[in-house]
Amino acid sequence: MAEKNRLGKALKSLLTGFQVTQKHLKTAGDQREHKPISDPHYFDDADKAVTIQYPMEKIPVPDMGRYRLHMESEDCIACDKCARICPVDCITIDSFKAVDDLGYTSDGSKKRLELAVFDIDMAKCCYCGLCTTACPTECLTMTKVYDYSEFDRDELVYHFGVLNPEEEADKRQKLEAAQQEKKQVGTAKKKGGLGLKKAGS
Amino acid sequence: MTSIPITWIVTVGITISLVALYTLGAVYAERKISAFIQDRLGPMETGPFGIFQTLADVIKLVLKELITPAAANKALFILAPPLIFVSVFAAFGALPLFASPVDAAMNVGLLYILGVLSIDIMGLLMAGWGANNKYALLGAARSVAQIISYEVPATLALLSAVMMYGTLNMQELALDQGVYTEQTTYFLGIWDVTEIGGMLSWSVFRYPHLLIAFFVYLIAGLAECNRAPFDLPEAESELVSGYHVEYSGFRFALVMLAEYGKMLIVGIIAAVVFLGGWNTILPNMAGLPLAEWTSGAPGTLAGILWGACWILGKALLIVVFFIWVRWTYPRVRVDQLMTLSWKILTPIGLGLFFISTIWKLAEVYGAIG
Repeated sequence: MAEKNRLGKALKSLLTGFQVTQKHLKTAGDQREHKPISDPHYFDDADKAVTIQYPMEKIPVPDMGRYRLHMESEDCIACDKCARICPVDCITIDSFKAVDDLGYTSDGSKKRLELAVFDIDMAKCCYCGLCTTACPTECLTMTKVYDYSEFDRDELVYHFGVLNPEEEADKRQKLEAAQQEKKQVGTAKKKGGLGLKKAGS
Repeated sequence: MTSIPITWIVTVGITISLVALYTLGAVYAERKISAFIQDRLGPMETGPFGIFQTLADVIKLVLKELITPAAANKALFILAPPLIFVSVFAAFGALPLFASPVDAAMNVGLLYILGVLSIDIMGLLMAGWGANNKYALLGAARSVAQIISYEVPATLALLSAVMMYGTLNMQELALDQGVYTEQTTYFLGIWDVTEIGGMLSWSVFRYPHLLIAFFVYLIAGLAECNRAPFDLPEAESELVSGYHVEYSGFRFALVMLAEYGKMLIVGIIAAVVFLGGWNTILPNMAGLPLAEWTSGAPGTLAGILWGACWILGKALLIVVFFIWVRWTYPRVRVDQLMTLSWKILTPIGLGLFFISTIWKLAEVYGAIG
């Protein structure tokens, strides 16, 4: 009797196995829809194909996705806070004092520094997002772009600096000239001052 | 005399291209069906729906370097894949693809097929031993033990059918299960269906105990092909991939070709012995000569085309069933494997053999039919 039951059980479980696989086989042509887990019908597609043919179709990413960094150069005051807080040192900033009036950022901060170099090496980035919280003008943000692989590693260094080399050289020269001028004016003033003092005493 | 070699070349050419094409299709089907069962899509990139994937795989395999391990027994290692392939391919010689007095009309047909297929075991052992790799050797040992064990119930199941027809000739076995037979056929041994034909005159319906024999043969066939749930010789999780672990390139392709070819052979044998061979599935019923419409008389072109369609259709359905089984059931343990063979299938096979004996005696002495 026990033997008979075991055989029956075995046959029944074999048939159950076929039922399970044919259920999945039948719905294999249907693609699973991309629904959020909050959707009441989220589990209705459990037997449908899960494969996403990646480059052709993608899972929707939230608009606030935290992937590739982006910098709005116009809003940057070159404060260097992001570069200093970065745990992997992937941001390189080089700035110098502006001679011309650079105006204001969109949140009203005065821009006083020329942004010569602002490089982000995304190959080093660890996506911690500390730089975006440190940024006082909120010009540094993370975007939803996550597929940006390159054949050459150097291509992963993104350049956000606003000056090209000629402009930079030009502006640096101007700054130097301005500083020289200031120095001369300063020394002249100094001399004059001393003279006055002498005269007064 | 000059015409014979040409026929041979044509036959061999057709069979080789058939087996190669079938293997391409079967590997693709295997990958697709497994993907669908697991809610995946399978190959999608090479050609529309990935249909050229296996072709690309074959090209890659053929272009690859043939590596012989330094410690291998070179003669055995190199000879094994051709031996495995030839033994499987030789069996196709006696498989009838259509009704013909010449094609596969061997008086010892079934015995020849079973015998030639057994040489395959030699090849497996040569491959496993020659590779000088413990995984390969363990895989080969398991494979040989398994195939030898399952040959007993498989042969018993086939024999109980063969005994009913009194012939080992595959052509006669197929012929006797259709409308073109010169014998009288009885559905379940009582209803004369000689003129009706179709499904009703297949072995499994003429002699109901052969339905059980059919399932016994299917299970034993699964084990003989080393396919899941009896794929212990290839158990990826413990033996990497068994006896062919050291093979690369074209040698590996030959082994794979033989494995899939063996599956088709099991399918065709099952079709011929149990499911009416190249005979149609449709009976002459309700005033419609469906059986005559869907089959041609032996020797005619219609007979060749219909016959090839029916027998390959049946065999491929069995192959698809094997693939489905593979992706449904988990692998059995070694002791379960041996229990199933020796304690369950072999006694059932002997019982069926006994029933066949009684039935045949009753027929001979006029108790039935």
